[in-house]
Amino acid sequence: MSFLAARRRHPAAIVLVLLLGLVVTGGLYTALAPKDAKAATATADDVKAGKDLFLANCASCHGTNANGTAAGPSLVGVGAAAVDFQVGTGRMPLTQPGVQAQRNKVTMDATETKQLAAYVASLGPGPAVPATEYTNGNGNIAKGGELFRVNCAMCHNFAGSGGALTRGKFAPSLRNIEGKHIYEAMLTGPQSMPVFNDTNLSPQDKNDVIAYLHNVDNEANAGGHNLGNLGPVSEGMFAWTIGIGLLIGAAVWLGRKAA
Amino acid sequence: MSEHDNLPERSSGSSPVDLSKGHVEGTGGLPARFENPGLPAHVHRHGDDDDAAARRSERQVAGLFVLSMLATVGFAVAYFAIDKNSTVTLPLVGVTNALHVALGVTLGLSLLGIGLGAVHWAKTLMSDEEIVEERHVLRSDDGARQGAIDVLTEGGESAQIRRRPLIVYTLGGALGLFAVPLGLQLVGSLGPLPKNDLSTTLWSTRIGQRDGKGGRKRKLMRDPEGTAIRLTDVTLGSVFHVLPEGINETEHPLNEKVKASVILVRLEESKIRSQRQRDWGIDGVVAYSKICTHVGCPVGLYEQQTHHLLCPCHQSTFDMTDDCKVIFGPAKRPLPQLKISVDTEGYLVADQGFAEPVGPSFWERG
Amino acid sequence: MSTETPARSADALRKDDDTSAPAKGAGAVGAVASWVDERTGTAKGFRYLMRKVFPDHWSFMLGEIAMYSLVILLLTGTFLTFWFVPSAGHTVYDGSYEPLKGIAMSEAYASTVDISFDVRGGLIIRQIHHWAALLFIVAIMLHMFRVFFTGAFRKPREINWIIGLTLLMLALVEGFAGYSLPDDLLSGTGLRAAEGFMLSIPVLGSYISYMVFGGGFPGEAIIPRLFTVHVLLLPAIIVGLFTAHIILVMVHKHTQYPGPGRTEKNVVGFPMMPVYIAKAGGFFFIVFGITALIAGLVTINPIWAYGPYEPTQVTAGSQPDWYMGFADGALRLLPGFLEFDLLGRTWSFNIFLGAIALIPVLFTIAGAYPFLEAWITGDKREHHILDRPRNAPTRTALGMAAISFYAVLFFAAGNDIMAIKLHLSINDITNILRLSAVILPPLVFWVTKRICLSLQRRDRDLVLHGRETGRIVRTADGRFFEAHEPLDAHTRWRLVAFESNRPLELPEGSDSNGVRRMGAAKQRLRTRLSGFWFNDRIEAVTPAELAAAHHRGEYEALEAAAVEDSHPQEFGGHLHGGAEEIGTSHAYGHLEEEKSDR
Repeated sequence: MSFLAARRRHPAAIVLVLLLGLVVTGGLYTALAPKDAKAATATADDVKAGKDLFLANCASCHGTNANGTAAGPSLVGVGAAAVDFQVGTGRMPLTQPGVQAQRNKVTMDATETKQLAAYVASLGPGPAVPATEYTNGNGNIAKGGELFRVNCAMCHNFAGSGGALTRGKFAPSLRNIEGKHIYEAMLTGPQSMPVFNDTNLSPQDKNDVIAYLHNVDNEANAGGHNLGNLGPVSEGMFAWTIGIGLLIGAAVWLGRKAA
Repeated sequence: MSEHDNLPERSSGSSPVDLSKGHVEGTGGLPARFENPGLPAHVHRHGDDDDAAARRSERQVAGLFVLSMLATVGFAVAYFAIDKNSTVTLPLVGVTNALHVALGVTLGLSLLGIGLGAVHWAKTLMSDEEIVEERHVLRSDDGARQGAIDVLTEGGESAQIRRRPLIVYTLGGALGLFAVPLGLQLVGSLGPLPKNDLSTTLWSTRIGQRDGKGGRKRKLMRDPEGTAIRLTDVTLGSVFHVLPEGINETEHPLNEKVKASVILVRLEESKIRSQRQRDWGIDGVVAYSKICTHVGCPVGLYEQQTHHLLCPCHQSTFDMTDDCKVIFGPAKRPLPQLKISVDTEGYLVADQGFAEPVGPSFWERG
Repeated sequence: MSTETPARSADALRKDDDTSAPAKGAGAVGAVASWVDERTGTAKGFRYLMRKVFPDHWSFMLGEIAMYSLVILLLTGTFLTFWFVPSAGHTVYDGSYEPLKGIAMSEAYASTVDISFDVRGGLIIRQIHHWAALLFIVAIMLHMFRVFFTGAFRKPREINWIIGLTLLMLALVEGFAGYSLPDDLLSGTGLRAAEGFMLSIPVLGSYISYMVFGGGFPGEAIIPRLFTVHVLLLPAIIVGLFTAHIILVMVHKHTQYPGPGRTEKNVVGFPMMPVYIAKAGGFFFIVFGITALIAGLVTINPIWAYGPYEPTQVTAGSQPDWYMGFADGALRLLPGFLEFDLLGRTWSFNIFLGAIALIPVLFTIAGAYPFLEAWITGDKREHHILDRPRNAPTRTALGMAAISFYAVLFFAAGNDIMAIKLHLSINDITNILRLSAVILPPLVFWVTKRICLSLQRRDRDLVLHGRETGRIVRTADGRFFEAHEPLDAHTRWRLVAFESNRPLELPEGSDSNGVRRMGAAKQRLRTRLSGFWFNDRIEAVTPAELAAAHHRGEYEALEAAAVEDSHPQEFGGHLHGGAEEIGTSHAYGHLEEEKSDR
């Protein structure tokens, strides 16, 4: 703690305190804000409102009947889970075309997302938004870790830091993602990601994977700063810059004549 | 002929300066090269003349040594007092194990205190007047060289090397061969011969097989759970990581996994470009070796939309719709396909082993 | 207040060496010293060692960083052996790290996780060990670069250059062995690739692999075998070679940068006792301290997060530690068509070239360089004064070209991380790096050589015209000059104390009877190489040139010194004593051998 005390007047300290405050407030809000108990059954009104939202925000790419166009795939049969994932993570509506839709600012609130999902679900049978009992992350961390290493780590990296795919596509970082969205991604296989249906990874398996990822988010760094959990590349970069830099700095000081 | 004959003329001390091939008429009596002006005058430090500055340095050095001692005490306190699961939040570093950080920082400061103090002492208080040490030519003088040669020749004479060639040759032979037993033992015993181990996998045998006969086809099992997979489980866009049934009952499961690991996907049949690939799969469900044909990493990065399979080690990219041919990267050969079918209970089984060796290339695979 | 004592010549200083009488053995120290000396006779050698002089320069500490890292590695490595279990035997984890509870793994991996979580302070030792390993090889390579670019490999230090290279190569293998020992997912993938490398060796590949692994990969033999190699075999060889390396440094005495008072026959610096005992000894603690601080604050190789090795698993971003990056990068760049079937056998040059052949080839070239350069220059003298890199433009440019090639391979090993962090296509990055591996080295060679030559010209300019003072002088007829201050003899010496090698002249190819001389072809090659090395060169300023620059009306001499093919230099009017008219070009003494000489 002497390290902290010594730096309490450092100019960066106030920034850090502010940041910390923001993070804590945000975290508390997320923890305490009222949540939907479960994806409630959709009413006809929801479907109707969802259709309006769809026509306003999605139809230009997915077609007025959601049958797909050259710009976007058909949404018939993708289910509510796909909508909840794509819209809930801000990937859709797409702000700018690119090799892949990226996590973005969420533009629709929970109600709108639900209505849109209800409309898309009404187009054809598809996976529904999962129940919270399988997305809360109360699974077996160790089992989840093993499943993660077999099924996910090759693209998303051992700690879910993300990884490169071909031609500019990439597997995104999985850090600090809501359990529901992790679940929905496995279930629906968005974009490049393959599908992990319930016969491949059972709902409990999926919750184990979520438990593992949440543990990665929450566990203390056992050995200090984790350098982004990217493996030897960031370690090598650290050794070649800060590490050897400090040592050479000491050597220069040692070789210079004292005043 | 000595190499020196071909040396370019050097503008060393005695020869006249050559300002580009005679364009300069003489050097005006100036030396050809500058003279070494000798050591510059010693510049005093503050501490050399000012006793107060010297005392300040003394205090700084002592202060650093005291810091070191305090840090050492801190290390001992941290070692015993801090619970190994307690955490601390540090700026930049984040939430970190408190014991680890405390030990690292106190150990670092304890060492740095000594090092910085000693160097500061040397820089500010020890004499910083440069000292000159003379070099001597490394080569021995001619007398010593001759002496060494004489010792050798006299020794040789006394041992009658020249007169007894038989001894010299047989000794040479014996010395030349003495490493053979040691080498033979090492090379011979380190490992078994590969035989056809690299060319076969667990898939080429059947469950309950005796003397190469009977038994039933191995099921495709989920990795890591070891449960069988129905054809209907493999929906479009799915990927299954697969091991052969019974792999954990083998003598060396890891060795078998290295070769038998398989990736299973379902493609739209219309997208499959190779007839063989269609025939060896079933309803668009195809199984390929998951072992890269480059250096053997598991090729697991399946892009559901492009049907590309990417190896995370060296980025070899395989096209799953075209018999897993290489479309980018350092690998040469396609991934071998595993011929699959459905058994009576609806589970996926392997009809036969791979038709060619899986994994990295090796000399004998031909 | 800083004051100066009068300047002394190098010779005068030597007298001081003998003035201090040997200390009279007083009290307990004297008694112990006397006891030891009467039984070993080491006082003489001890006195010699304690009076030994080391020159002060930060770049001379790079080797010391490596040396101290080695000591740290030996120390922490010994600690680690007390808890590490070098066995591939199967076990199920039951320690305190929750995410691995109940997972099947090898004993090697389980014990490494235990060191990290259940041995008090174990993780700090492990992380010091690993960080020290990375810094060890960084320091070795920087030390090697320093030695190369300053020409410290020249006679009499060729043997030490080769010992150093061998040490670097062993350090790479030692590092890889250590990286592989914990048997985590990342290192297991590395070993798997290493097996693939072995298999690519023509004829013997599969036999070598089965010998090394005691059968098929991974087997149970590799971990204990690597352990023996890592903690016994290689450390013993490294420490032995390192001792020879240091003894040779003692025998040769340290090189020094050119400067006033420094000659080929002396070494100027500070004595071992007390200055270097304190500085070098203190530096050990600084290196150890910084490594410990880093290890305390920055994670390295979080094997608990990788999970145990399973042949069916792999993580994105599977890379070796940085020092093996260049070989891994080469593998990523080499195209697949280099593998082919011929005579019923598989020739995997796409793997063999990068993983097996690259390292020996690079080290052979590096090892041969001192002998090649010595053959070309025909120089058989001892060299103890270092070259400033600019004063050996071709060598410096070749070195930079080699480094650029290495760097391309090195960065290629991180192409996937670059792709996600810079949002680029991994395919584009790979293709650009493939191209760079071919075109970058020649480009870097050319640019570096030009930079060296211009730096040399700037040095000449500085010597000839002195330092710009920023003081503008206006003459009676309205012309403006900037007054230049001539360099003092000490500063100047640093800039003129070098020899510029000249290209060889081609001797007659045949003697008077028209018979070709023996070895003429060899000689021609040597002449051609010498031309490549030394055709472009800048000579040091001579006193005559300086005098010419200072005297108006003697510009012919300068002009003559500035032969640059068909670009005759123009010279501005100079004030007597060194001043230059604003807006006129500088007078460079630029010598470039006319190409028609060859």
